[in-house]
Amino acid sequence: MTRYAQQLGARFIGMLQMGGQLVFLFQDIVRCLFRYPIRFRLLVRQIDFIGAKSVPVVIITGGFIGAVFAAQCEFQFRSLGMSSAVGPVVAIAMCRELGPVLCALMIAGRVGSAMAAELATMKITEQIDALRALAVYPTEYLIVPRFLAMIISLPILVGLAITCGVGAGYFVAVHILAVPGVYYWNNTEKFTHDKDIWIGVVKGFFFGLIILLVGCNKGLQSSQGAEGVGLATTESVVDAFIIVLIANFFFTFLLNAIL
Amino acid sequence: MPTYETQAAPLVRLVGVEKKLGRQKVLRGVDLEIRQGEKMVIIGRSGGGKSVLLKHIIALMQPDAGEVWFRDKDLARLNEEQLVPLRKETGMLFQNGALFDSLTVGENVAFPLREKGGIGEAEIQSEVERALKIVDLPRQEHKWPSELSGGMRKRVALARAAIAKPALMLYDEPTSGLDPVVADSINKLMVRLGHELKMTSVIVTHDMVSAREVGDRIAMLHEGRIYCVDAPKVVLESEDPIVKRFVNGISDASDAIF
Repeated sequence: MTRYAQQLGARFIGMLQMGGQLVFLFQDIVRCLFRYPIRFRLLVRQIDFIGAKSVPVVIITGGFIGAVFAAQCEFQFRSLGMSSAVGPVVAIAMCRELGPVLCALMIAGRVGSAMAAELATMKITEQIDALRALAVYPTEYLIVPRFLAMIISLPILVGLAITCGVGAGYFVAVHILAVPGVYYWNNTEKFTHDKDIWIGVVKGFFFGLIILLVGCNKGLQSSQGAEGVGLATTESVVDAFIIVLIANFFFTFLLNAIL
Repeated sequence: MPTYETQAAPLVRLVGVEKKLGRQKVLRGVDLEIRQGEKMVIIGRSGGGKSVLLKHIIALMQPDAGEVWFRDKDLARLNEEQLVPLRKETGMLFQNGALFDSLTVGENVAFPLREKGGIGEAEIQSEVERALKIVDLPRQEHKWPSELSGGMRKRVALARAAIAKPALMLYDEPTSGLDPVVADSINKLMVRLGHELKMTSVIVTHDMVSAREVGDRIAMLHEGRIYCVDAPKVVLESEDPIVKRFVNGISDASDAIF
């Protein structure tokens, strides 16, 4: 009994510790943003890695989710004679929830884990110490370019996922399930507002921030050895997933109220 | 414990430095002065805290107690960003090189010059070429660190650490893992850097040949403290049982076998 209580307590303290580390890391990044010139070469390299190279996975994720979601909606709505309502349902779901959340999950898996692994490897091979010894502040050199690349790329990737999802939904509903195209599109336009798109993009921005902070923090805090690198990598994905999903719940209500 | 008269002003002064890593107390009050322009060799058992001591000198680690003076500043009281300008005057050769794997050999060596700024690209290229020639790796600029052997990596790292001509160079086992010929060339290079560029050097090693050839003074770290500091000749010929056993490489292992 006491052992379980101890484990629970240790978990709780660990969570608080990580929360603190994330806040300090964010504070450090913001300070560096204002204090040092931006390294454009590194920024471009990170945008290529985080943004450009993620385009295929995001297209596939967004497209197929939009397609199956449209199909399932149509199967249910058909009996009610509301097939053309599939359009706005798919569009709003993609914009507000599916686009940003699924995009964030893909990026956490592809980019967050890579960041954690790279930084953890740099730490155990003394490359971070070497940077420090060469009079370079690691946050400024390693983290700031990744931060900027992430918050620039993720909203764009979310937009791409939404576009692909809506497009794939249209294709499935109209061309495969024979919903009248004009009604479908008119309804989509009528019931989808700028607000829905903004909610998606703003969520994308914050999810990017979460993935970046968790990935970098896990990398920088990793313990020594190959095991530490592996642990940092998996933990960065799992923790980023969980934080994104929980944060998403609160963003849903918050953004609905303020936007 | 033999003492040594002070001649030049110390560049680095450690006072009562203590450091605990995990549960082990690695440094238990280290006092050491490193004078301007001298080559100080630190010897001691593996895992005895030599590298940890070296990392304290450029504040890659902060002491739990004690002071680390570099010129007129106590590094233990500065934060990471305040240390940046001071580190422009120091260079460090890491045990395994610690080359940046995302940069080529040439970019690694050019890194300190590019960070310093105000140097033209053509001049950087010629400096890099010259530095690589000095460490006997000419025309290797375009290779990646992963394509090099351990010894080559170490030499590239030496070129990177020394290219900006720091006032203080720290070497963490510069000759370990190198064949005797290359090790000798590294020893000679360390001596020349000291003479020609007036660099102060701190060399952590358990290579006694290197200690004899390079050191102006040898300090022995034993059980978390500086056990003795003296001229190489005195230390290497010491009759003190602990020093003698280390210098001559005699273990106190039992006679039993598995």
